Amino acid sequence: MTDADTYDLECTGISKDFGSFRAVDDVSFRIPSGTFFSILGPSGCGKTTLMRMIAGFEDPTAGDVCIKGKSVLSVPPNKRNVKMVFQHLALFPMMDVYENIAYGLRCAGATKDEIASKVADVLERVALPDLARREIHQLSGGQKQRIAIARCMALNPDVLLLDEPLGALDLKLREAMKIELKLLQHQFDTTFVYITHDQSEALVMSDYVAVMNAGRFEQVGRPEELYHAPQTAFVAGFVGDSNRWTGRAVEVRSDGIKVETDAGLTVIAMAHGNEQVVEGQAVELFVRPEFISATKPGTPDSDLPADNSYTGTVDGVLFNGANSRVLVRGPAGDLIEADVVVTGGADDLREGDPVRLHWARAQSMCFAS
Amino acid sequence: MSQDTKRLSLILLFAPFALWIVLLILLPHIGMVVLSLREKVAPRVYEFGFGNYVDFMNEPIYWNTLMRTGSMSLLVTVLALLIGFPVAYYIAKIAGKRSRGALFLMCLIPLWVSDLIRAFGWILLLRETGVVSSLLVWSGMTDEGIEFLYNDVTVVVGLVYTVILFMIVPLVSTLDGMGDDMIEAGYNLGGNSLTVLRRIIIPYAMPGIVAGCIVVFMLTSGSYLTPILLGGKNSSWFTEQIYDQFITRFNWESGAAFGILLLAFTSLVVWLGLRLSGQSLANTVART
Ligand SMILES: Nc1ncnc2c1ncn2[C@@H]1O[C@H](COP(=O)(O)OP(=O)(O)OP(=O)(O)O)[C@@H](O)[C@H]1O
Ligand SMILES: [Mg+2]
Repeated sequence: MTDADTYDLECTGISKDFGSFRAVDDVSFRIPSGTFFSILGPSGCGKTTLMRMIAGFEDPTAGDVCIKGKSVLSVPPNKRNVKMVFQHLALFPMMDVYENIAYGLRCAGATKDEIASKVADVLERVALPDLARREIHQLSGGQKQRIAIARCMALNPDVLLLDEPLGALDLKLREAMKIELKLLQHQFDTTFVYITHDQSEALVMSDYVAVMNAGRFEQVGRPEELYHAPQTAFVAGFVGDSNRWTGRAVEVRSDGIKVETDAGLTVIAMAHGNEQVVEGQAVELFVRPEFISATKPGTPDSDLPADNSYTGTVDGVLFNGANSRVLVRGPAGDLIEADVVVTGGADDLREGDPVRLHWARAQSMCFAS
Repeated sequence: MSQDTKRLSLILLFAPFALWIVLLILLPHIGMVVLSLREKVAPRVYEFGFGNYVDFMNEPIYWNTLMRTGSMSLLVTVLALLIGFPVAYYIAKIAGKRSRGALFLMCLIPLWVSDLIRAFGWILLLRETGVVSSLLVWSGMTDEGIEFLYNDVTVVVGLVYTVILFMIVPLVSTLDGMGDDMIEAGYNLGGNSLTVLRRIIIPYAMPGIVAGCIVVFMLTSGSYLTPILLGGKNSSWFTEQIYDQFITRFNWESGAAFGILLLAFTSLVVWLGLRLSGQSLANTVART
């Protein structure tokens, strides 16, 4: 197997300018065959623009796009074997489900019998075998979704692009479709490039996630890597929840950094990211709520991380089943979020209770800012 | 109480509409039908009968005029569609948000001017001593002035110009409702420009196309001024025959029969058109 075969999609240094505004700025990545690759970023960061360049609807100002190792810059959109599921799906309302799927096959010059068998096959695979003759407006949101994917997959694309396809669905259906999409990707064994601004979608479904901000890729990696070892402050803040403080490094050692936050809290932290933290420098500090243990004072804390340990009072309890949190007013007067288990028993933390917070230095991620 | 108010407001809202339908559409047509079924047997003596219709059947010149009007109107409709579609597509899909309004307004400007004045405008341009002919003589391309008026081409051109707006408006409104992503999806799935036009854009715009065609066809076949002024005495437009019967010959009975025949004929053509394009009138009205 040569190098080119293993990468379905490769972008090198692509940029896109709209007038003087740079929407996509020198983005490079490559996606191994059969992976679920997500591009995660806030609204307006250039995700759709990047995807439209891959599909051929925009010409990059600079850089190259290769599919299966071949540059496609000179290939028009209808000749690229990259199919796209649009944000609003763009199913053709004047055709029924069968005709929607058959459209692409007809364009490819398939015979009547081929079309019939392929449509039946792909409908089977998205688990909607009986819907061939339905009109589009008779489908539910989730069914439309699957038909839009089926319409693309019937053509055996090298890469399937999905532009926030869950955006229009309600919350319950989104949760169900997340898992379904992952299963579909597995089934078709095709490279999916999935755009989203919802970090939980990206983390749940993807093999690899690229975090994008202001036209650039901040970091590309597995979901766990992004979560536990963010390379930039933006990634740390955007992926997952965290307590975020700004402050100053007062002491830098090889085994940790002592940071004094703007509110006056002193925290032992570890440096992350590429930039060296030097003494006296302004830093950003991130601590995830699930790594902070909140206990009542008096509980034996010998096995708890001792690097950072503070007392405070419970300012509020945010009950959300297994994801419940407490808001703690810390010694410096700022609010700290910590995950807790709410059992409903007498031991639960309540508003106004004194509380002790602990977390390890490895869990305080410090970035030079 | 609130039931009564509701009913009253419904009646009040509905009344002008009902009056309009009954007084200006239904009654005159019933009158026309009744009138057309009166046969003149002697001065001031009438009998019920189909004589006026039989007269029409027996006189080939009437037949020919009706067919000619129908086919020229179809030609005008097709031309208006062929010219109007790209214009509507440009306005709805290609022009920027800001220039769109201006372009739309420009299409409306001809409506500011009355039919009559517009027709005279054409006459000024096209008659033997008119602008175009004089220019040709002046530039030396011909020795004598050319009469551009009083032929079928001029009539068709003038009619297309008069009615094209009624094609563009419904087309713009349907094409406007079509997302750009629909067209992009058409390309993305492997279609070339022709496939996308034939299989996506035109089917999507079909209700607008049908609506525009109906309006244009009805307007053209019922128009009077433009064919008469640009086509002259030999334009042989069917409305001219009706006018002739009513006003010149003072034969109201046969004029009424002609009117009913024109209505029946154009309705038949529209019905055929709807059948052939697989559209229903309700669907067309609902989607434009
Ligand atoms: N045709 C265009 N002309 C000018 N600017 C554009 C054009 N298309 C996009 N932009 C700009 O490029 C930037 C990125 O747009 P893009 O649509 O890629 O964002 P996005 O990441 O997809 O956002 P969202 O999550 O809201 O869809 C935006 O600031 C947008 O205003
Ligand atoms: Mg977008």
